[in-house]
Amino acid sequence: MTNSLKKKFFNDINFTILIGLLIAAIVLSAIFLPGGMFSAANIKSMAFQIPEFGFLALAMMLSNLIGGIDLSIISAANTIAIFTAFVLNGTWLPALPEEARIPAGLVVAILTALIFGVFNGLLISKTSAPSLIASLGTMILFQGIGMALTGGVSIGNIAFEFTDFGKAEWAGIPLIFWLFLGAAILLALLLEKTAFGRKFYLYGENKVAARFSGINNEKVCIATFVMTALLAGIAGLIVLSRVNSAKVGYGSSYLLQTIIVCVIGGISPNGGKGRVRGVFIAIVLMQLMSSAFTMLSLSPYTKKLIWGVVLILVLSLNHWIRNLNDSIKKEK
Amino acid sequence: MEPILNVKNITKAFSGVRVLKNVSLTVNRGEIHCLVGENGCGKSTLVKCVSGVYTPDEGEIVLNGQRFTKLTTQQAIQNGVQVIYQDMSLFRHMSVAENIAIEKIRAKGARLINWKDVAGIAAEQTRKINVKIDLEKEIFECPIAIRQLTAICRALAHDAKILVMDEPTTALTKNEVSQLLTIVQELKSQGMSIIFISHKLDEVFSVADVITVIRNGEKIGDYNRAEINEKRLSELMTGREIDYPRYRRDFTENTPLLEVKGLSRKGHFNDISFTLRKGDIVGMIGLLGSGRSEIAMSLFGLNPIDSGEIFVSGEKVSIAAPQDAKRRGIALLPEDRFREGLFTDLKIKENVSSTVIDEISPRGCLDFSEEDRLAEKCIETFKVRAPSRETVVRSLSGGNQQKIVIGKWVETKPNIFIMDSPTVGIDIGSKAEIYEQIHNFAKNGMAFLLISDEVEEILANCNRVLILEKGRIKTILEAQDLRQPDAKKLILEEIGSRDLQPDTEPSTK
Ligand SMILES: Nc1ncnc2c1ncn2[C@@H]1O[C@H](COP(=O)(O)OP(=O)(O)OP(=O)(O)O)[C@@H](O)[C@H]1O
Ligand SMILES: [Mg+2]
Repeated sequence: MTNSLKKKFFNDINFTILIGLLIAAIVLSAIFLPGGMFSAANIKSMAFQIPEFGFLALAMMLSNLIGGIDLSIISAANTIAIFTAFVLNGTWLPALPEEARIPAGLVVAILTALIFGVFNGLLISKTSAPSLIASLGTMILFQGIGMALTGGVSIGNIAFEFTDFGKAEWAGIPLIFWLFLGAAILLALLLEKTAFGRKFYLYGENKVAARFSGINNEKVCIATFVMTALLAGIAGLIVLSRVNSAKVGYGSSYLLQTIIVCVIGGISPNGGKGRVRGVFIAIVLMQLMSSAFTMLSLSPYTKKLIWGVVLILVLSLNHWIRNLNDSIKKEK
Repeated sequence: MEPILNVKNITKAFSGVRVLKNVSLTVNRGEIHCLVGENGCGKSTLVKCVSGVYTPDEGEIVLNGQRFTKLTTQQAIQNGVQVIYQDMSLFRHMSVAENIAIEKIRAKGARLINWKDVAGIAAEQTRKINVKIDLEKEIFECPIAIRQLTAICRALAHDAKILVMDEPTTALTKNEVSQLLTIVQELKSQGMSIIFISHKLDEVFSVADVITVIRNGEKIGDYNRAEINEKRLSELMTGREIDYPRYRRDFTENTPLLEVKGLSRKGHFNDISFTLRKGDIVGMIGLLGSGRSEIAMSLFGLNPIDSGEIFVSGEKVSIAAPQDAKRRGIALLPEDRFREGLFTDLKIKENVSSTVIDEISPRGCLDFSEEDRLAEKCIETFKVRAPSRETVVRSLSGGNQQKIVIGKWVETKPNIFIMDSPTVGIDIGSKAEIYEQIHNFAKNGMAFLLISDEVEEILANCNRVLILEKGRIKTILEAQDLRQPDAKKLILEEIGSRDLQPDTEPSTK
């Protein structure tokens, strides 16, 4: 290896490992599941499944990067979807003409997400409560709002044009996947190239030093939770569009999985470390493995194993390669 | 004299850069051995080799006659090596007594902790050094000086034979330093060997038996205290003569940049009034608890005030948060560099730019080449010893980290610069250079509020000095007072402290 390549390799060990695992997963499934895994149909089906989880994982990533956690993302997603569904099926604002329902629904979704996000952000920055506790509270609150409105039943019967969106394709790839890809790229640019992104990382790294550096910590915190809620809201709308209904409790198993995918993606739960690209690769990797397991028709219980297995694999590879790296340096 | 520690021809490199080159060191029983040298010359690294934290690439360490080429921390501790690092590594939420005793009890292999033992062990150690500490208090409530004593007692509980203290006095006030040095002498008289690192040469001369000078990773020599003086020593360390320049304000314009009237905060400070004019360097000195740092924090919007007024350039302002202060052209260089000053896991350039993110982001997008330029400028101005601007701040030596803290605040080009202990841990050569920078800024119209524990620092820089006591301004010394030959004595008397005197009689206590 040339020197600069070597440097790249060790610079972001976690990312290198992820790429390695992804390649390994692709090669293995190409050998053992020829035709199955990389058939156009399967690729498309994976691309349909990734976005809803992907948006939630990005939301979790943001809260992890500032050294916190947002437990309320799933319930925010569902409640935002419920609000939107009420507008889309005409229960709310019945006077609205049919063709105005979708724009109105989107406006309601955005406003709700903004309110949820600002609420979380204010709660955490003003009371300096740990985000774990604060978002546990808002998780129950958002869920409660959804429950009170729906009584737990699913809200469906929404405008056709909206459900079409979840199935639409462009250039043979689902629109929602393009949306996810675009959002991930935008987020990466925002975090790594802009003044806001830099403040965001500094805040995540050391809040006291950030405050002493004249960074408006409150603003950064609120902005973070607003973005988290917006991403969660998009996930909610994607689910609404794909299953044609909104309900309290959809996707509740995603919560732990988003945390795991962030760790696999190299996000430090202490904040300040990790990049969007790592999480993106981790999301794709998990989808790939989950598809492979389905094709091998393993039981759903076995499928749950992969989360644990991959997590342990990544953590131990990280440790092992770092030690190797140190010993190479020593020999020099 | 019998040697207890022999370091033989040690070489140590980090990623190919040699920071210790063939260094040898002999420490005798009952000797206070000082290590001195410029920032980044390798003092802390040498000490970490002795304590087994780093394994030297070449050379060996002989402890109590036993030779080690790969000394582990366990072996070092078994042979009586105890190190008190700068952060002291105490358990914040345990009491003083628990911190002192816990390791010893654990080392004995006890499964259950007998609380009477804890108190007994702790009390025994405090007796050894003749101090009274409240053993019940939790560490996070204790001032630095008490934490330091706790760390010393913990080392004693381990039957330390060689006590290493890496810059133990940086965060202490004058009186606490004297107390610490008395304890060090006391330990020596009990037969302990002490390796003592400090950049303050008066401390070194008041305790040292032998002084070892290191420059650029190489040993320059060992000197008995009697055969050398401060001037010669600083020449040996830096390779040149060091002279602190004295500042003289020569502005005729006297309109105040900052005016503070009757500032009070309950329990911290009371009725503080002063003004800073263009080119003023106003010093603030006082004992611990005199409220100096709290005043600085309040001026920077970190502690709300109860009453009083602040005027910036004649305009009454309220400063509720650091970003308000920054907008008014006020900068604060904080006291605690690790917690408040640095992002230790980030690169030099990211630290330097952290105060000017908006300024280097036209239309919200970071200008990375500008960031690189600022970092290069900082490294050059303050002669930071680092491989590159991409170096992670954590791997810099203590003094070089402090230079980054100064650099990042200089970047904001403030009108009013509050510096809280700006040169802790910085070597004498760099200090002189930093003072020169401060003088230049002041000559260009910047106003400084300089908080310091070092009378020399105050005298070299300030044209007015506020002496604080218990949250009030006790005395104000003007430029003509400071030019008197006995100014140093006067200040020391005012703050109720005495000068460190090298005890000239051989200690036979
Ligand atoms: N873990 C590390 N990785 C890489 N470089 C290091 C590491 N530790 C120290 N260095 C480098 O080794 C050199 C010596 O550092 P050391 O901490 O021993 O200096 P020092 O004499 O204690 O200085 P100071 O007076 O500033 O504390 C410095 O240039 C520093 O950057
Ligand atoms: Mg050091």
